[in-house]
Amino acid sequence: MTRLSRRERRVTLQQRERLAALAFISPWIIGFLVFTAGPMVASLVLSFTNYDVINPPKWVGLANYQRLIDDPRIELSLYNSFFYAALHVPLMMIVAMALALILNQVGRAAGFFRTVFYLPSVTPAVAVGTLWLWLLNPRVGLINRALALIGIDGPGWTTDPAWIKPGIVLMSLWSVGNTVILYLAALKNVPIELHEAAKIDGANPLQRFRHVTVPMISGTIFFTLIVNIISSLQVFTEVYTMFFGNMRSGTASSAGLFYNIYLFRQAFEFFRMGYASAMAWLLFIIIMILTFIQLRVSKRWVYYEGA
Amino acid sequence: MSKRSWYYFAVMLAMAAVMVFAAGAPALQLAEAQDGISGELSVMGFSLPDEVATVRVDRFRELYPDVELNITEGGLDQQQFLTAVASGNAPDIVYMSRELLSTYAVRGALMPLEDCIESQGIDMSQYRQAAVDQVTIDGQIYGIPEFFNVILVIANTAALEEAGLTVDDIDISDWESIAELNEALTRIEDGQVTRIGFDPKLPEFLPLWAAANGVQLISEDGRTPNLNDPKVVEALEFAAGLHEAAGGRQDFMAFRDTWDFFGSNNQFVQDQLGVFPMEQWYVNVLSDVSPDAPVDFLPFTDREGNPISYVTGNAWAIPVGSSNPEAACAFAKTMTEADAWIAAAEERARLRAEAGTTNTGIYSANVLADEVIFGEIIQPSGNEKLDKAIEVAVAAMDGGFGIPANPAGSEFRQAWQDAVNRVLNGEQTAQEALDQAQAEAQAAFDEAWMFQE
Repeated sequence: MTRLSRRERRVTLQQRERLAALAFISPWIIGFLVFTAGPMVASLVLSFTNYDVINPPKWVGLANYQRLIDDPRIELSLYNSFFYAALHVPLMMIVAMALALILNQVGRAAGFFRTVFYLPSVTPAVAVGTLWLWLLNPRVGLINRALALIGIDGPGWTTDPAWIKPGIVLMSLWSVGNTVILYLAALKNVPIELHEAAKIDGANPLQRFRHVTVPMISGTIFFTLIVNIISSLQVFTEVYTMFFGNMRSGTASSAGLFYNIYLFRQAFEFFRMGYASAMAWLLFIIIMILTFIQLRVSKRWVYYEGA
Repeated sequence: MSKRSWYYFAVMLAMAAVMVFAAGAPALQLAEAQDGISGELSVMGFSLPDEVATVRVDRFRELYPDVELNITEGGLDQQQFLTAVASGNAPDIVYMSRELLSTYAVRGALMPLEDCIESQGIDMSQYRQAAVDQVTIDGQIYGIPEFFNVILVIANTAALEEAGLTVDDIDISDWESIAELNEALTRIEDGQVTRIGFDPKLPEFLPLWAAANGVQLISEDGRTPNLNDPKVVEALEFAAGLHEAAGGRQDFMAFRDTWDFFGSNNQFVQDQLGVFPMEQWYVNVLSDVSPDAPVDFLPFTDREGNPISYVTGNAWAIPVGSSNPEAACAFAKTMTEADAWIAAAEERARLRAEAGTTNTGIYSANVLADEVIFGEIIQPSGNEKLDKAIEVAVAAMDGGFGIPANPAGSEFRQAWQDAVNRVLNGEQTAQEALDQAQAEAQAAFDEAWMFQE
């Protein structure tokens, strides 16, 4: 009887702890179910329908997915998005790392510079788009004026279809501060003893960076790689403001048609919510595959302390 | 009767009174709804930026003091409107572009206004027919039109003089002479364009160039696009070709994007533009920021020499699900009737006189209002150029045409604008681009009509 009542007490305690844990995470669970999982399931169902938001959805089976294959703008917009991601992700990571390494060397003024580099990240995306439309103007923009100072005839960042995507990549560096802050935090956590030991062993700064710093911050590098790839495939606001909103000039109707912009137009300008849902699921699957590949490959180069 | 009996009697009387009042209350409310218009009225897509808006809204408030007006200021956000309709929270009345209205109407998002027109006694003949056509689908009216933006040609007289020309030398009906004028007025310095000779305003004015060549972009019944009609192809080839004198599309756009379009250093003051077709509201801008700019005005004509104008404007529509359609209908009527426009025009005239600036008028889409505004309220200002601009714009209203009502307004516009851009970017010939646009537009129309049916 005594042993049984002890077990009962233990079970009760475990149950109570479980309930407490559930209570603590319930806001997140409810939020996830209502605002993420629910809409995801709804969009999956809608992707098999013809739905214009105003009238009830009509079941069309796989027609929207067939349309994804037949629609030439899907291929174009995916190409544009991947082109952008292929330029944006490495450039963003390299610039952010360079800035973080410099900031890591700055003494007392580090806080000031951290703030300065992070400030642009809090600028509203629409304002960024408008601002960069001027900065990138081929005739009077600061970028081409700066290039002219060193004898370079700057390209038509906003007018030449071949230079529109590189121009957008340049603009994306405006928000490099986010990644800089993450790298800086990771660099601060690299034990100084490791660097000292490497120095005693005769490693030069480049070798120490390659063989000490990079492995020690590889977890952060991996995180920023995944996050930047996902965000670059979902780029929308700045590009829409620059080329498709009220300031549209029409020059980027093909070169600037990124996947999410095309998705938005199908949903809210052309009333094809079902087709837009199918587009969203295609992008989701692409991102899942890319993330899965990265997770598999990461085992070869990412070092987790204590793992 | 004992004291207690009196007490019970009083309680019973009070209860009976409450019951009678409670039973009568709905009847009283119904009587109020039948007699007068009241309740809340939510408005979406409209702003109050100037006296033209505020005077008319104030007038509605005076005429309907029992209506609680709730205006969510800002242009129509399609995403916001769609989600509001889908979630059953549609605004009571919405203000939208006439070119988009039919897209919503064929999907059943807007109420046909026959009952509204009848109950409020709205005389549709007071509105300009081109505007009414844009809001009429299969014989049913879905919007009450307001504003009638017309196009006129604005010429830089300083540039003309420099080239040894006058405004009388400009012949819009003769496309060869437009090309020559473009060459004569274009200025290239150090390999860069510093003045565009003739800006055809592409892609947005393709409908105008097509109409000048004798064809509309869409059939009158709104079911068949005419985008690859040989005359549209010819019009696009010609208008797009005007960019070449400036060094091609890229140089043209890069230069045009630098203009201080709304400022006192605009393209005419800075001598950066020779000639372009433009909506009449830009005369207001010039009047405000640079009344002494060296400009003159003339009508845009077709190739036969007849004045034509591609008109745009907005309309008031009542969404299905409007909780107060009676008040919405009264609001649409009050905002667009002649007296409202005349009151707004008088207030504008007063304010302009106070500020010492030229009053260039209001283009209301209401014929009766226009007659009073331009016949009585607008007086010669003493600025001959601006007075001529008003005269040209008023004359242009009679030759106005709009994009006919069609079920895929956004997608149709997207199809032809993308086609123009592909041509300007050198990606396709005019024929290839418009063939593609025709197929895209036809598919969008077919899908929208089929979905509706």
